Amino acid sequence: MPLAQTDAESKKIAPPLEIHDLTVAYTKRPVLYGIDLEIPKGSIVGIVGPNGAGKSTLIKSVMGLLPSASGWVKVFGKPFKQAVTRVGYVPQRESVDWDFPVNALDVVLMGRYGRLGPFKRPNKSDKNIAMACLEKVRMAPYAKRQISNLSGGQQQRVFLARALAQESDLYLMDEPFVGVDAATESAIIEILRELQTQGKTLIVVHHDLTTAPDYFDRILLLNMRVVAYGNTKDVFTFENLQNAYGGRLSILSEVALSRARKKAEGDTPEDSLR
Amino acid sequence: MREQFFPAFDWHTVFIQPWSEYAVNSFWIVLMGFLVAGTCGLVGCFVILRRMALVGDAISHSILPGITLAFLITNSRDTLPMMLGAVVAGVVTVALIEAIRYTSRIKPDAAIGIVFSSLFAIGVILISVFADEVDLDAECVLYGELGFIPLQDIAYFGEIVIGPEPIVRMAIITLIAIVLLFAFFKEMIVTSFDSGLAASLGINPTRYQYGLTLFLSIVIVSSFESVGVVLVIAMIIFPGATALMLTDRLPIALVLSTVISGAYSLIGFHLATWLNASIAGGMTVIAGIVFGIVWAFAPQRGLIATFVRNRQIMEGSALNFSREEK
Repeated sequence: MPLAQTDAESKKIAPPLEIHDLTVAYTKRPVLYGIDLEIPKGSIVGIVGPNGAGKSTLIKSVMGLLPSASGWVKVFGKPFKQAVTRVGYVPQRESVDWDFPVNALDVVLMGRYGRLGPFKRPNKSDKNIAMACLEKVRMAPYAKRQISNLSGGQQQRVFLARALAQESDLYLMDEPFVGVDAATESAIIEILRELQTQGKTLIVVHHDLTTAPDYFDRILLLNMRVVAYGNTKDVFTFENLQNAYGGRLSILSEVALSRARKKAEGDTPEDSLR
Repeated sequence: MREQFFPAFDWHTVFIQPWSEYAVNSFWIVLMGFLVAGTCGLVGCFVILRRMALVGDAISHSILPGITLAFLITNSRDTLPMMLGAVVAGVVTVALIEAIRYTSRIKPDAAIGIVFSSLFAIGVILISVFADEVDLDAECVLYGELGFIPLQDIAYFGEIVIGPEPIVRMAIITLIAIVLLFAFFKEMIVTSFDSGLAASLGINPTRYQYGLTLFLSIVIVSSFESVGVVLVIAMIIFPGATALMLTDRLPIALVLSTVISGAYSLIGFHLATWLNASIAGGMTVIAGIVFGIVWAFAPQRGLIATFVRNRQIMEGSALNFSREEK
């Protein structure tokens, strides 16, 4: 009975993220409907889907930033509020005011705030950790720079350093690859892989179909419902993508798609596009 | 036709007399002005960063019905009922703005306009209808009068004379503001900068939003008898806005806003003495002038610095271009 066995296993170690029958609605209209998910430890999961599919909404409702109409979310077997320190978050870059009077180091230090109790200020060791995280994303020389004087890619790397400073086990990242230069893109990928080897779990919202199969070992195709979820190879098929994107797949993205398909199915000899 | 638009400037009456003959009164007035502008400025830095400036303006107007009702109910001008009335009015204002915003297609700025003007109008009507019972001077509520501060009752600590009661009250509010600032600095920074991250760290952004609103209402009601509900918004916005033009670091901006507030109070007091005008008006005029100067001459972000920098970049690229052509 393999099914019973996996059941017993999952009870021993709670998965980093478990979502059951989650429905989220904005003013009565549902944007996410009956989401059921279980993310295994140590995986890099890409959330892929068209605009308005509810990708960011899913991440936000996992963290309780949006009220859910039904269902539940468990992080390491507990409600999110009891597992706060185990979750790191990288919001979309445009979601904050970059004219805010703080420098890069201040932003990274915010990642430590969850671990400090009330009334406590970051101390020397918090600052050292923050500097080390900036070093990891190759941003240490810019530690004292006001954040509006950084390029888009550098700002994204500061956000990544802040997530690293949270020292979490599960990372939720909302479009970290949007508007970044090639150097930043490879730096982010490098760090994602390093985190994976440390046994961390990463969930990344991503909209670029051409790179998705290269970056993620698991993919969640989302369009208000779970269209498909599993290993990239199994999920990233033409049929599934068409189901997720519907008629909105333009010729251009179909080209991109076939490229992506070749990569995903590199080891399958026959091409079964039709 | 008046012969002179401005009264003659006399060095002695404007600068010497206030600090010799009337030194004690002048000291209390300038101190009160500083406490009001300084406290408003500290709260104001966060109000600006959270883009709540218009909400602050709304609260300052809608406390009028709040304090009038508090007065009608308790029939006293004691601090506590006034504060409660103001805080309730502040919360009602914010709640109404949010309610209109989320349940209709009206955008936040229009919602703010609708809520504060109607609440303010209710206050104006209440004062005129109950004029006989309400011992509130509408003029004083609207424009405040720092000049009356030294004439108020004196507060005692046992046998020891401390100072006029409004100043003691304001000093306590200032002290609370500083304590709160130190206690919740990291929470205020992270909820202002990135509310999503704050929530993911277990720091509830809504709680701090309402906390700031509550404290803002308290600061406004403590300030209005000095500077009035119309000009209190100037004391909330000018110090922070000016300081944020001068620095890229929030802690430095907070210190700078306090220093700038001191300048408003002192220079504004002398301006008002010269022109024989409202002191709050003098402070606000000075605030405007100081902002204008900083806007033009600020080292990094001022108009001139930006202009020079852009010219340099353009000349630099023009140079490169001509070089490439050769």
